[in-house]
Amino acid sequence: MISSGLAKQLQAQFGDLISEPTEFRSEISVQIADAERLAEVCAFAKHELRFDYLVDISSVDNYGDDPRWTVVYLLYGISHKQYLRLITGVSEEKSELPTVTTVWRTADWHEREIYDMMGIRFRGHPDLRRILMWEGYPYFPLRKDFPVTGKPTEVPEVAFTKTAPIEGGPFITTPGGKDAIEREPRAKTWES
Amino acid sequence: MQTTTEMGYNTKIEGDVVVTRLDAVLNWFRKNSIWPMPMGLACCAIELMGTGASRFDIARFGAEVMRFSPRQSDVMVVAGTVTYKMALVVKRLYDQMAEPKWVIAMGACASTGGMYRSYSVLQGVDHILPVDIYVAGCPPRPEALLDALMKLQSQVQREPLLATLKKPGPALAKP
Repeated sequence: MISSGLAKQLQAQFGDLISEPTEFRSEISVQIADAERLAEVCAFAKHELRFDYLVDISSVDNYGDDPRWTVVYLLYGISHKQYLRLITGVSEEKSELPTVTTVWRTADWHEREIYDMMGIRFRGHPDLRRILMWEGYPYFPLRKDFPVTGKPTEVPEVAFTKTAPIEGGPFITTPGGKDAIEREPRAKTWES
Repeated sequence: MQTTTEMGYNTKIEGDVVVTRLDAVLNWFRKNSIWPMPMGLACCAIELMGTGASRFDIARFGAEVMRFSPRQSDVMVVAGTVTYKMALVVKRLYDQMAEPKWVIAMGACASTGGMYRSYSVLQGVDHILPVDIYVAGCPPRPEALLDALMKLQSQVQREPLLATLKKPGPALAKP
């Protein structure tokens, strides 16, 4: 069975909650309208549709748009060898999703990473701590409004950060430039 | 009592006696037994392991005894990207090393932060440790690390050891 058929089954089960499957380069995605029912949809996808492998969870910051966060779950079934992408949106005020660690245990670290980098919390997560930055770091560095050079912080005896020197950067590559000088990474503004 | 003239012509000991300064001989001991503390944090650590293995053979310089305990090490080889999360751990390990101690910053990341002009990476381990030798490269070839070790050896050879020993060290100095 191909994944568009599996997406149709998901639609038949949950009705309006699941959007019409969209296809991009033979990969199937569905939108989930209400993020609160995510765990329920995931449990069905795992137990009934045999998507037994959660490949990855990623998060997108649509800075300036509403909802600000988009969270993407990439599922795979080892028996039927099909991928399916579940996409859902979360508003900035809420910034909270139900955990899917109850469905796939591997979601534990994926959700911790999203919490660490984006600041989206996962309700019901067994151990929602930072995973890459240290405990007590006050920012969420993958957000669009966080500068790539960082901000100065200090937690005594634990860690500190300083703003990285950028020397006229950020260094931007221009693909398709007429010569190597134009193409290679140099300090430019985005417009030029 | 023998005179120096007699000693020079004494056939029983001729060739077995070397006259030198105490400073020089102590430094000679030191520089040929610099035990590294492999502070391997990223891909440079792989080159560090390569340097330790048979092809490049760091044992030729008396530095083959990689000690994973700071108490038994003389030189900390900071091999790799020092993140802010790791920075104070590196500092603590350095503080636990017994004097005399030296630091080699191996590779672009440890020296300057390298390509990581980023919120998460310490921009050079010299912000927290006194670095003696910087090694360029990303990662440096084992030859470059051995060159750094030889430069460190010549630096150790030049150190005024006895003068330093007579002075009260940081532990003995009164506040």
